[in-house]
Amino acid sequence: MRVAVFVTCFNDALYPQTGQAVVHLLERLGHEVEFPEGQTCCGQMHINTGYYREAVPLAHRFVDVFEPYDAVVAPSPSCVGAVREQYQRIAERTEDRALATSAARIVPRVHELSEFLVDVLGVEDVGAYFPHTVTYHPTCHSLRGLQVGDRPYRLLAAVRGLTLLDLPASEECCGFGGTFAMKNAELSVAIGADKARHAHDTGAEVLCALDNSCLTHVGGMLSRQRSGMRVLHLAEILASTESNTTKAGR
Amino acid sequence: MSKVWLDSPAFPDAAKVAVRDSQLRHNLERATATIRAKRDGVVGELPDWEQLRLAGAALKDEVLNHLDSYLVQVEEQVTAAGGHVHWARDADEANRIVVELVKATGADEVVKVKSMATMEIELNEALAEAGIAALETDLAELIVQLGDDRPSHILVPAIHRNRSEIRELFLREMSDSPSDLSDEPSELAAAARVHLRRKFLSAKVAISGGNFIVAETGTVVVVESEGNGRMCLTLPETLISVVGIEKVIPTFADLEVFMQLLPRSSTGERMNPYTSTWTGVTPGDGPQTFHLVLLDNGRTRVLADEIGRQALRCIRCSACLNVCPVYERTGGHAYGSVYPGPIGAILNPLQNGTDSARDASLPFASTLCGRCFEVCPVRIDIPEVLVHLRGTVVDGKRGKRVPSPEMAAMKAAGLVFSDPRWLAAAERVASLSGRVIGRKGQISALPPPMNVWTDARDAPPPPAESFRAWWKRSRAGGKGGSGDSL
Repeated sequence: MRVAVFVTCFNDALYPQTGQAVVHLLERLGHEVEFPEGQTCCGQMHINTGYYREAVPLAHRFVDVFEPYDAVVAPSPSCVGAVREQYQRIAERTEDRALATSAARIVPRVHELSEFLVDVLGVEDVGAYFPHTVTYHPTCHSLRGLQVGDRPYRLLAAVRGLTLLDLPASEECCGFGGTFAMKNAELSVAIGADKARHAHDTGAEVLCALDNSCLTHVGGMLSRQRSGMRVLHLAEILASTESNTTKAGR
Repeated sequence: MSKVWLDSPAFPDAAKVAVRDSQLRHNLERATATIRAKRDGVVGELPDWEQLRLAGAALKDEVLNHLDSYLVQVEEQVTAAGGHVHWARDADEANRIVVELVKATGADEVVKVKSMATMEIELNEALAEAGIAALETDLAELIVQLGDDRPSHILVPAIHRNRSEIRELFLREMSDSPSDLSDEPSELAAAARVHLRRKFLSAKVAISGGNFIVAETGTVVVVESEGNGRMCLTLPETLISVVGIEKVIPTFADLEVFMQLLPRSSTGERMNPYTSTWTGVTPGDGPQTFHLVLLDNGRTRVLADEIGRQALRCIRCSACLNVCPVYERTGGHAYGSVYPGPIGAILNPLQNGTDSARDASLPFASTLCGRCFEVCPVRIDIPEVLVHLRGTVVDGKRGKRVPSPEMAAMKAAGLVFSDPRWLAAAERVASLSGRVIGRKGQISALPPPMNVWTDARDAPPPPAESFRAWWKRSRAGGKGGSGDSL
């Protein structure tokens, strides 16, 4: 199986440690991972803000770059959702038959990280060690979009040393919403304040999720409030071991 | 656009004001949480809820796909049963028709059943201009009317009012209120009941909307909780119902599906207290004159939109409002329309087009969290329609000589993402600037336009090395895959 990682532009530029965690984790599980360097952005931001025309070349690039691989793994449910749900829609809207065809071919091979681990590799215990209290926020795109269900909870439950605490009102949106966070900033913050409060009230050291965009928003508020709570992508917790907790467990 | 809501500001401006009203936020949080829990309870007890949703959507789609023939069937059946059918292209035409019909009876006062369609066309204002007083008989609509206020929720239009405000309003505006009126909900309801009962007994004309029109029989259906509707629909001599053309369902048996979907989604009840159905007129029983005004007012425009037409399935249950993280924090007024919340964010721009500041901003009044679609009893994929409408708004701005800052930024981003070498260069610049502005691990202030982010949220400093640079340094050399090389 030829496995490619789609690290996403957001992680590439702002959270390289998340991409590195995916690579280290998959290699530890015995898989060779490739990073096709032609990858850039899936086009999610453009599509969700209404810039379909600008997203089309990005969608073409995505399907072309990842076409040779058996599996594409991305540490972002919202980006996977863009490929899975929206490429067909923008192809229809712009009457781009080539995109419709190539997108249909690649979609079954594009996996969000927790889906890939549990469904494709069939593992729940990835051999991780993370001696901290953690609460998990199911992001909207993972919960209601991809419907990853309890996969992330099963992966976290198998991590040695980790104590998982329930997040109240976990199914509520964090208020990030992509460009919503800028266009309706006060509202975005008002929604996020409730998420940050719920997370803080758990008393956990770490707030974990599958998407760094949501975590940047909530984490930015937790940081501003000097709450002392950290945010971490699931990949970084799963990549931690007894011999390598330096990055995530700092 | 309407007169009452004329010149409503763009959503972000209205929301900014609303979100600072902490009392409003507190009231809405409590009210929506209560109704959410009730809805979840009664929906959860039905094992075939998903099948019901699918059936509801399929029935509505069947009608929408053959609306021309179903509407003709409605006209035939209503006429055969002794009713009169009128066709109204827009709000003005509908208002003209209703005003003429009321004038012909000689009445200068009408009682009204809660109706979204008549709120949409602002019938009360049109009647008032013609010297006809319209009395809202639904308790919450009465509260809104007495306060010269605007509704802020489809089902509970006075959700933004608390009970002490309502007590003061009754004492001030309702002359027959007892002087020792308390703010106990039962006492408030009793005062309104006494006030309304006199009007029911004297009114010659009633005006209603309709939840459903059964094409097969010409039967109009009104679903309500308080019994005021039943009074209006049975006591007066003349009944005028203004109903959107999308309210048609094929057969009487199809009510089985909608009478399970609507109350559970709407009030969180297994069944609503009062369901009234009438077919034309019945000699010696109820109103002897019945007029049905079929209202378009932008609905055929919605129907012409292939993605947007699913919005016409809406049965006005308001479940999407009660789960929306945006609605919960702004309330309904920020949406500038009788249709607020997620459904309003698509229905208004679909019906009116996206020319006004309000209608162009509404598709962006959402985080796309998807809860509205999850609870919608007729499976309207509201996030899909929102994103579709965002595309429509953006396309409307193309071709301007000076592009908006957002358009310029999106095009620039598209350019950077068009080539991994440019992306890598941008990341190197970001890493350098991050080292300049980042202190103590987090950035607490950024220059415009990014200051709207850092007003309340810290931002992560760009890392010293992007993932791409790390890969190239530590891994590349033959393993770089099939993409462009750096």
